[in-house]
Amino acid sequence: MLDRSLIGKTYPEILFSVEKQRLKFFAKATQQSDPIYFDEYFAKKNGHPSILAPPTFITTIVYGQEKPYQYLEDLGIPIGSILHARQEYTNYESIYAGDELRMESKIGEIYEKKDGRLEFISFISNYKNQKNELVAESVSTLVLSNYEKK
Amino acid sequence: MKKNELNNVRIGDEIPSLTLKPISRSMLALYASASGDHNPIHIDIDFAKKNGLSDIIAHGMLVMSFLAQAITNIFPQNSIKKFDAKFIAVTNINDILTCEGKVIDIEFKDSLKRLFLKLLVIDESGEKKLSGSATIELIINEK
Repeated sequence: MLDRSLIGKTYPEILFSVEKQRLKFFAKATQQSDPIYFDEYFAKKNGHPSILAPPTFITTIVYGQEKPYQYLEDLGIPIGSILHARQEYTNYESIYAGDELRMESKIGEIYEKKDGRLEFISFISNYKNQKNELVAESVSTLVLSNYEKK
Repeated sequence: MKKNELNNVRIGDEIPSLTLKPISRSMLALYASASGDHNPIHIDIDFAKKNGLSDIIAHGMLVMSFLAQAITNIFPQNSIKKFDAKFIAVTNINDILTCEGKVIDIEFKDSLKRLFLKLLVIDESGEKKLSGSATIELIINEK
């Protein structure tokens, strides 16, 4: 069982450069059809400063770290025992290629369901750009359980 | 619902559904690489089996990214103020996903029209993979 005293634990700020190539690759992997997500010329022609980051892109920031799963190891959570339960975004400003983001995260909630057979932990993050504008907030909730055998 | 007629959107209207190609191993490998999410449960069948699964499963965030595309296909991205998803069931190799959305409420505030969408991703057998919601804010054009 997860230690409830972890609630509120904060993580060091992560700096992240929104790279054009990375956005293009992400657009390809998510099968984007709108060129605004991969064609800089098209994006500019349509009034955007550069390629636009799609709504779910910021969730990849944490995976750009050298040890992206360190935060789970620190909590004693084996990577094979988690599933993504819920994901929430609140958006304030658009994110474009060339932006420099800062992400701050903390542990939001830890709770259980089904008599403790499922345990949930949420991470709350906020993202600011180089102009110090709050661009987005997110909540990622993971569930810990053993996968059901099929 | 049509992109150039958003002012006329009413409660009950549906966004155009988006059906994807069957989930393949190469799609998951590509997404793992593009997102940086290298959790082996999505790319390594041996690891998946060791953890009680019969095969690798899709990244929940890949499925949510498809759903986001169904929304941005019709609404400008900067109109999406809130977007959330609950992952209900795992998505397996060969699943054919369809993303759907419906306007369940509308509210007006000053020159804003706020739409509340209920979202769903199902597979070809109708199994619910993800349910979600979004809040869209449109600026009302004066006629």
